[in-house]
Amino acid sequence: MDDINLMEISKLEKSFGGLNAVQDFNFHIAENELVGLIGPNGAGKTTVFNLITGVYKPDNGCIMFRDENLVGMAPHTICTKGIARTFQNIRLFNDLSVLDNVKIAAHKNVPYSLMGAVFRTPGYFRGESEIEAEALHYLEIFNLRNKKDELARNLPYGEQRRIEIVRALATRPLLLILDEPAAGMNPQETQALMELIRYIRKEFNLTILLIEHDMSLVMGVCERLYVLDYGQIIAEGTPAEIRADKRVIEAYLGEDVG
Amino acid sequence: MQKVNNKWLKLGIEVVVLAALFTLVQYLITAGLLKQYYQISLASMCINVTLAVSLSLINGFTGQLSLGHAGFMAVGAYIAAIMTNMLDLPFITGILAAMLGAGLAGFIIGVPTLRLKGDYLAIATLAFGEIIRVTLQNIGYVNGPAGIMGIPKFATWPWLFGGAIVTIVVIVNLINSSYGRAIISIREDETASELMGINTTKYKVLAFVVGAGFAGLAGALYAHYFYIIKPETFNFLKSFDILVMVVLGGLGSTTGAIIAAVFVTALTAALQSFPAIRMVLYALILIIVMIYRPQGLMGNKELSLRTFGRIWGGRH
Repeated sequence: MDDINLMEISKLEKSFGGLNAVQDFNFHIAENELVGLIGPNGAGKTTVFNLITGVYKPDNGCIMFRDENLVGMAPHTICTKGIARTFQNIRLFNDLSVLDNVKIAAHKNVPYSLMGAVFRTPGYFRGESEIEAEALHYLEIFNLRNKKDELARNLPYGEQRRIEIVRALATRPLLLILDEPAAGMNPQETQALMELIRYIRKEFNLTILLIEHDMSLVMGVCERLYVLDYGQIIAEGTPAEIRADKRVIEAYLGEDVG
Repeated sequence: MQKVNNKWLKLGIEVVVLAALFTLVQYLITAGLLKQYYQISLASMCINVTLAVSLSLINGFTGQLSLGHAGFMAVGAYIAAIMTNMLDLPFITGILAAMLGAGLAGFIIGVPTLRLKGDYLAIATLAFGEIIRVTLQNIGYVNGPAGIMGIPKFATWPWLFGGAIVTIVVIVNLINSSYGRAIISIREDETASELMGINTTKYKVLAFVVGAGFAGLAGALYAHYFYIIKPETFNFLKSFDILVMVVLGGLGSTTGAIIAAVFVTALTAALQSFPAIRMVLYALILIIVMIYRPQGLMGNKELSLRTFGRIWGGRH
């Protein structure tokens, strides 16, 4: 708690019709922290992500990110401020190559002008090779470099999930938000993903917020957890504390925790 | 090093091929070996290539279904004709004003309508095209439905060929850049694109403005080749014709749009003496292509020198 908070959310509220999807949501994440947001299906986790990234406008509340309130900003502006995310249902640019998927995410830092592109100035060629080198570097880390020319749609599920993370990284975020990154992965893939998440956090000095259903992943990798149920935070603490929390066991973990 | 050499080699081959094509036609025209009929077909091809390539930027690459392309062409044609015919300004001024005017029209139409998607955008752009046509019919200065006649025939082969080439080069260079990838990502998944930091509204409007600007160029060339323009020329059917070329060529392929534009123009010219059969055949080809090759002739692939290399068993 001594660290400076990278993001601080207070009294966030969102309802759809009569349903209060998120209410009185208070949250903070420090720089370089790895925090998990868990909760049963329909608890409002993805809604929180959509509120942070500007897909939905909150009814109330405040999302402070590096001393700036993100509420009301367009999603692309929020991304430029340094927040990138992946999607629960994979949303890659399916008919484009893996490399192009990653390059598109690098566009917000494009090093040449529109006129430079049209007139093919030396700056254009330099910029393009920079973008390509950076994209390949990210793909290398995720062991996907040999897949660079494949269409995104033709890759297996696990690899598509990893490309989503690569693509989010290519926007050079400060805060990376992962929406169920291990969904549909087998135990070995999940294990490898955990190591990868730890690695990229260190390598890129990232702050990571993740939603996950896979308990082994959340408990193993996160330093702090928030538990959401019916749109409200019901518990907060270290994995060990959460494991012991009665309300959490009732609401979510049930008899899974031995 | 290899890559740099290939880049220059490719550019060299392209320039030589285009220069040869240009010179050949120019020679045939000046030597009087090319019949009027073929000259008109070649001019139409250039104009249609300009139209199809500019519309493919909007429909094929950005994925925004626009049915108002003839409207932008009309704006360009009328502005250019007013500049040269009524104000006695040079042709190049007319062309530039036409492109700027059509681009501005694209901006004015694009900003409010591009928030619409799919069918709704199609209807809005269709309505825009009709508004332009009806407005022109009611402006006395440009002779209403009778249109402008006796426009000087400035659009010679170098202008027509040059216009098509400039359009292709600008749009291909735009597409093959980071800005182009941003535009294509909108077609692929607008939400994901927005969340990857791409200002989708800005790039949709950009594509719309550039596409409209080059439709304006096509209009200026048209007016100064056929020396008569009237509002009826730029009706919905004209927009539809251009759309057919783009769909036939393959949404998201510039070379596809070019091939389809040339093919459709040649077909139209060849069947000029059988107007009844022409429309039937035209419709039949469309139906057959849509059944057997719904992605269009080229899909979203491009024809390149490498493709020819592969076909002739050369290096990869």
